[in-house]
Amino acid sequence: MLGAVGNSSDAHAPSSGLSLRIPQPARGHQPADQVRYVSKAGEMKKPDLDEKVERVALMRKQMVRVLDDDGRAVGEWVPDLSFDDKLTGLRDMMTVRAFDARMLRAHRQGKISFYMQALGEEAIACSQKRALRPGDMHFPTYRQQGLLIAGGYPIVQMMNQILSNEHDPLKGRQLPVLYSAKSHGFFSISGNLATQFPQAVGWAMASAMRGDTAIASAWIGEGSSAENDFHAALVMASTYQAPVILNIVNNHWAISTPEDFARGASATFADRGYGFSIPAIRVDGNDYLAAYAASQWAEQRARSNLGPTLLEWITLRRGAHSTSDDPSVYRPDHESEQFPLGDPIDRLKQHLVVDGDWDDERHAALEQEIAAEIDAALAEADSHGSVKSGVVPSASTMFDDVYAELPRHLREQRDQVGE
Amino acid sequence: MPTMTMVEAIRDAHAVAMERDDRVVVFGEDVGFFGGVFRCTQGLQERFGDHRCFDAPINESAIVGAAIGMAAYGLRPCVEIQFADYMYPAYDQIVSEAARLRHRSAGDFSAPIVVRMPTGGGIFGGQTHSQSPEALFTHVAGLTTVVPSNPYDAKGLLISAIEDDDPVVFLEPKRVYNGPFDGHHDRPIVPWTNHPLGEVPDGHYTVPLGKARIHRAGADLTVLTYGTLVHVAQAAAEEQGLDVEIIDLRTLVPLDVDAIVESVSKTGRCVVLHEATRTSGFGAELSATVQERCFFHLEAPIVRVCGWDTPYPHALEWSYFPGPDRVGRAMQEVMEA
Repeated sequence: MLGAVGNSSDAHAPSSGLSLRIPQPARGHQPADQVRYVSKAGEMKKPDLDEKVERVALMRKQMVRVLDDDGRAVGEWVPDLSFDDKLTGLRDMMTVRAFDARMLRAHRQGKISFYMQALGEEAIACSQKRALRPGDMHFPTYRQQGLLIAGGYPIVQMMNQILSNEHDPLKGRQLPVLYSAKSHGFFSISGNLATQFPQAVGWAMASAMRGDTAIASAWIGEGSSAENDFHAALVMASTYQAPVILNIVNNHWAISTPEDFARGASATFADRGYGFSIPAIRVDGNDYLAAYAASQWAEQRARSNLGPTLLEWITLRRGAHSTSDDPSVYRPDHESEQFPLGDPIDRLKQHLVVDGDWDDERHAALEQEIAAEIDAALAEADSHGSVKSGVVPSASTMFDDVYAELPRHLREQRDQVGE
Repeated sequence: MPTMTMVEAIRDAHAVAMERDDRVVVFGEDVGFFGGVFRCTQGLQERFGDHRCFDAPINESAIVGAAIGMAAYGLRPCVEIQFADYMYPAYDQIVSEAARLRHRSAGDFSAPIVVRMPTGGGIFGGQTHSQSPEALFTHVAGLTTVVPSNPYDAKGLLISAIEDDDPVVFLEPKRVYNGPFDGHHDRPIVPWTNHPLGEVPDGHYTVPLGKARIHRAGADLTVLTYGTLVHVAQAAAEEQGLDVEIIDLRTLVPLDVDAIVESVSKTGRCVVLHEATRTSGFGAELSATVQERCFFHLEAPIVRVCGWDTPYPHALEWSYFPGPDRVGRAMQEVMEA
């Protein structure tokens, strides 16, 4: 009875044939129950670091939230951050946003070939970078540029990579935004999805095997958590109790595919942790203070030899998947406005106004200052050329780094390129 | 000089490497407590502790993925995939990740891992315990692919692989794990202890990656081969009474082109021999290399002898396997051309 496919009301019809549930994008309908189990700010209790996984599991219908609708920080998860720390967080997020906006414009100007922005989810990477320590290693996806910016990586260097120019640290070999920065605890990004998840577990295992104190942090989108490697990593992390944070950024969209397809019939992505005895909590990813507190909780668990923690970050990908995407085809209208968790920068700004010495005027001044920094950085990077202008690394460099030493067959091929 | 089976030589290579460098760790399915289903890691956990040699969940992608992460940290992981036939779930981690990590990060990160896997047929393992997937690795930039044919090479090549700064796929021909192979399935295995190639020095030594070995010198024709089939070529040469030069390639990538060119230029005739399926197999690369570099020395067309383009059949594996009869016919063909 193929006519029943995709119509949930027919799923329980008297049996004249079997039917499937095929989740549908919300476009054309009321944006349905987009975020499950939204807690009130301050409602969720903070478990002890070594709380039994079953007790943490009882919090599964909740969400770590600190900032209430008025911008006040409430509840047990309020992190111990000074005004200056929070201002730093605000600045990090605003820099990511300004960077993204400038790069999108550069794409439209024809300066770069491709870009992916983190619009709407800046709080997650920015806060976790600040909550972890130098020496820890993140295994990111392409939407964690906040790890680099909050970690003080040179903005011009990021732009050189995006432009694929002669100063590109990756020598024009990677798509824009697939950065690599070992010195800043940022593992080389792969275009193949989910492969980084077991690698992060391996890195964390190695640190523990050597008696080191550094931990690893694995990043994945909710869509890619359907990949085998996600589950492989959970088996490994759980088996060896590796000191790793397992982040699932649930921004509700895997290109055009809604989260339902990766979540299956589970209630939440965090639920998957419990099957592996990995404490897993859901976090308001647009609440910088909640994000910092949850990252710190997971970080302390890992650092205290209490094993892995899974964090499901609830957020919304407000922009397109990439500059090659057209979300108007598949997204509900007004989705961003109706998203119940608001905007991370607006919310932290409101908190600073309520909590301390901050106002619209200072905010606007900071915005201008950051915009000027970004413009200056792009002017500098652009002066080194780009893939669009044809000023790129020399062709012979593509034969470097395939192996530690250049073997004969590559030497011969390199010579042919020169012909 | 002590004599060893290839299994013992591989075990010894692990121990030597682990003794010399505490960054070397060994793990995989059944590898720790049990010592591996072929016993290649037996005793390592007892000797080096369970943080240096340990069992892993049955998840090949997790094993290789974790090894890459460990290597990025600074360790030297050597992992075992129980059979080469089981490596497919790990294929993405090997070819998209380990092979490219150094290049894509412009040297920022690298993955000096060794992925060991028993390969080939001859033990009635059926289609899921007999495959020879070397061509799936030799086609990938950034990998080094090694296939030893005897215990001495297995130890020296494995130590080289562990000490190498790049990812190495180490394919162990299981037909010669416990003794040399005379090419005939209906005869008992001759123990390596009675075979000169079974002599394996104690302690540390290396066999360089990328260097072939002349297994048998000759002037009539050249056989280019590796692994188990070196022994088949030997049997065929003896049975045909020909003065055959057998080149044991040992490393497929990087390939020792000089050794190939030198031999084929001398003999003028070439048989390419491997157990893997014929179409797009590594023999095609060998044939093209000979054609490109030795064409004016050739006195006969190159002949390929390979496994058939079918899955490896359990009951018919000796019809599938390119034994001395088929190789002998190929030798006669290039001699008569």
